[in-house]
Amino acid sequence: MANNKVTDQKKAYQSKVMMLLKSDKGGSILIAFLLALAVVVPVCNLMVPESSALYMPTYIVVLLGKYLCFALLALALDLVWGYCGILSLGHAAFFALGGYAMGMYLMRQVGDRGVYGNPELPDFMVFLDWQALPWYWFGFDQFWFAMLMVVVVPGLLAYVFGWLAFRSRVTGVYLSIMTQALTYALLLAFFRNEMGFGGNNGLTDFKDILGFNLQEDLTRVMLFLATVVCLVLSYLACRYIVRSKMGRVVVAVRDAESRVRFLGYRVEHYKLWIFTFSAMLAGIAGALYVPQVGIINPGEFSPLNSIELVVWVALGGRGTLYGAIIGALVVNYAKTYFTGAFPEVWLFALGGLFVVVTLLLPKGIIGLIEKQSGRFSKKRKIKSKDEALPASESKQALQRNQT
Amino acid sequence: MLQNSGSSFKLISIAILTVILALFLLPLPIVQAAQDSAKQSSFEQIVTLLAQKSFKEKAKALDALSHVDDERVERILNAMLESRLYYLKSDKTVVFTEKVDGLYQLNAVLNQESLGTVKKKKIKKISLNNKLRKKIRLILAKIKLSHPDAAVRYSGVKELLKKTSAETLFLFRELRIQENDDAVLEAIDTGIALSEIESTDVSTQLDAIKVLGESLLPVARAKVAALAVAAGNAENIDLKVRQAAEKSLKKIDGSLEFYAFIEKLFFGLSLGSVLLLAAIGLSITFGVMGVINMAHGELIMIGAYTTYVIQLLMPNNIGMSVIVAIPAAFIVAGLVGIAIERGVIRFLYGRPLETLLATFGISLILQQLVRSVFSPLNRIVETPAWMSGSWEINSALAITYNRLYIVIFSLMVFFALLVFLKKSVFGLQMRAVTQNRQMAKSMGIRSTWVDALTFGLGSGIAGVAGVALSQLTNVGPNLGQAYIIDSFMVVVFGGVGNLWGTLVGAFSLGIVNKFLEPWAGAVLAKILVLVFIILFIQSRPKGLFPQKGRAAE
Repeated sequence: MANNKVTDQKKAYQSKVMMLLKSDKGGSILIAFLLALAVVVPVCNLMVPESSALYMPTYIVVLLGKYLCFALLALALDLVWGYCGILSLGHAAFFALGGYAMGMYLMRQVGDRGVYGNPELPDFMVFLDWQALPWYWFGFDQFWFAMLMVVVVPGLLAYVFGWLAFRSRVTGVYLSIMTQALTYALLLAFFRNEMGFGGNNGLTDFKDILGFNLQEDLTRVMLFLATVVCLVLSYLACRYIVRSKMGRVVVAVRDAESRVRFLGYRVEHYKLWIFTFSAMLAGIAGALYVPQVGIINPGEFSPLNSIELVVWVALGGRGTLYGAIIGALVVNYAKTYFTGAFPEVWLFALGGLFVVVTLLLPKGIIGLIEKQSGRFSKKRKIKSKDEALPASESKQALQRNQT
Repeated sequence: MLQNSGSSFKLISIAILTVILALFLLPLPIVQAAQDSAKQSSFEQIVTLLAQKSFKEKAKALDALSHVDDERVERILNAMLESRLYYLKSDKTVVFTEKVDGLYQLNAVLNQESLGTVKKKKIKKISLNNKLRKKIRLILAKIKLSHPDAAVRYSGVKELLKKTSAETLFLFRELRIQENDDAVLEAIDTGIALSEIESTDVSTQLDAIKVLGESLLPVARAKVAALAVAAGNAENIDLKVRQAAEKSLKKIDGSLEFYAFIEKLFFGLSLGSVLLLAAIGLSITFGVMGVINMAHGELIMIGAYTTYVIQLLMPNNIGMSVIVAIPAAFIVAGLVGIAIERGVIRFLYGRPLETLLATFGISLILQQLVRSVFSPLNRIVETPAWMSGSWEINSALAITYNRLYIVIFSLMVFFALLVFLKKSVFGLQMRAVTQNRQMAKSMGIRSTWVDALTFGLGSGIAGVAGVALSQLTNVGPNLGQAYIIDSFMVVVFGGVGNLWGTLVGAFSLGIVNKFLEPWAGAVLAKILVLVFIILFIQSRPKGLFPQKGRAAE
């Protein structure tokens, strides 16, 4: 009886997931790919002997994990930019805040194994001659509390900022510049030693997470798997939101904000909700990122990071969710390659990418593929065309032509 | 014979009398005796006197020297202070020396003639003790005091003010009679008061305290403060003196605070002028054309590098190079701007978010280009002589010329632009295109051409800003990045499309920043300003001076 119930529930969930992925071919392929990675990577890293050609070195596992964290961040941005038309140039700030929350937990886990051997205070505080832990560091020795903060802190910041911005109808470019100023202000703030987050050096020298040594291959693989799981779940959650009634309102807000408002919807509530949710996703991405790369410093707040993130999404194709993930993977792979092989060229390439994508590939790689293959129905093509050029912008273009 | 002996007797008795008198008036004997010896011996003789071993004799020689009206005296004394004055062991000729490759190059004291080089054995340094050094400094200051140029006299008096004594009091009193320059006179009065404040006579003391109340010198404040504090403890000081000292102290502190305020205000204006220069070009491209140009900072950087290159091209004429750099930077940055507009931006009109991304890409490319061409290291642009130094208004307030010129320059650029937009044909066309493109077109204005030139104008002004910035900071590939967010803040804060708003926004942000700095520290002040703007934009999304009417939409 009970078993039956469980299987029933399972079936119900399965059918729901299937529902979400229905008519989302790209997403299905992507999830299949991610799940395959989740099988292949642990096997190749842990079970295959090192001498084998199939062996995957640990640094590649870490690198892949890093890419997937960025992919999650890109997904979060695509949700607000692609579907709600809010171009946030400060999303890396939420990512970094999540990362700092995780970093604080890892810092507390170091305990008395630090250089100075202080059981209570992290090394940099001892170095700065601090006597007691600042109040905002309390609770971070508990994993659950730190995990809560990973979503609460970015979420709260996004909520407050968004509430102020959307209520007074700051939109478009103004909002973008404001978000950039926000991350810039945070960058400056976190560079200060007085803030109690390690200043310039940030938080580093972590030892273990939940008792597992961070340097061990198994821990790293587990972190990689956790990243895959988070990414898949987040994708499904975003897909769910986008397909829900609320998601449709959000898209409507993107295309014709005033009209939606006149229809009686509280536009700022929708925007605020989606912005906050997206910030939380970014926070999770940051929290997964920090234990894998082993450091978090104020550089993560730099406006360049946020804007680079935008080009991942733009390259992949915004307003598709899976496009953002593909864009993040492609650009970051290119970055790893170029900064290793031709460090001089990387900024030229990245800058060129910005120009080329905006001028020639408004729909990104996904748009290019769709155009090339031509396998999609006419109806879908029209839909994606609408998505690629949000009406709020095309309206402005119209206005400009008129005036 | 009798007459003769009588006159010589008279002379002797006068001399004795003088000595007795001199004993009473302490500073007098030296002066008197020195005057006598000055009459008797010529310059050369006195100089040879310096070559004696005894410090006492040297002191006498110095006294004698101080009364010789000869420009060589200053040179000799300076050389002595710098331990460059030697004498030959053989004939005690005093010489200037300069060490060249272990040997000593000699120059004659009297006529600067070269006397060849000798080994160290042949010469001996004219050594000094601290007392003599002090004396030399005093004499040097005195020489300055008789200089025909009032500015030199003023600096001489100021030097003496550092250490006042009975001797300087006497000197000041003497000088005061001949002095006619107001500033010098004031300084002399301060000097007299600095000595008189130690007087035992209450009314003299009171007068001195009153005079010092007007002075801004740290030494004057210290003396008055000492009296005000000491008066609190000691009973033997007159109540009036104490009250006067407290009053004067308050007055000094009040005016010091006032000048500190003025200084902060000036620093604020200076920062504001930098912001204005950086933002003014943006207020054209962003405000008038509605183009988000994230490469604006890099255009500033290009202007700064143009200055650097021009200085490399004309290394012998640094003073002119900055002047030449202004039009050059305008043209170079303007051409780059036109290239950006023609190459990228014109395809993206009406799509502000795409423009933002594309121009950001361009900014990355320009940065890397500069890094590849000029190396990633900072380059130093020299400041021309006419821009260095500072204008000392009084001892509490000094304004550096480079900042002063940049404040003036930014205002000049601002008003030139304003006039250009209002009065010139191109300005008229530009405004026509931004207000009603179709109508402008049908009136025969080539709108695409106007677009390109407008963008070029904004970019060119960014280049000019770069010239100014190169005088304040090092020139490096990241120069532009530091200013891009600030300039956007200024434009948004002031109100988009409003040049006056940009002016007010830039100066008010600069001043607010500088006034927050001592209270909160530089970084926190910047953060606070950013947070303030973010909050401000929430309540007034269109900035301080929103555009009204049809132009608003």
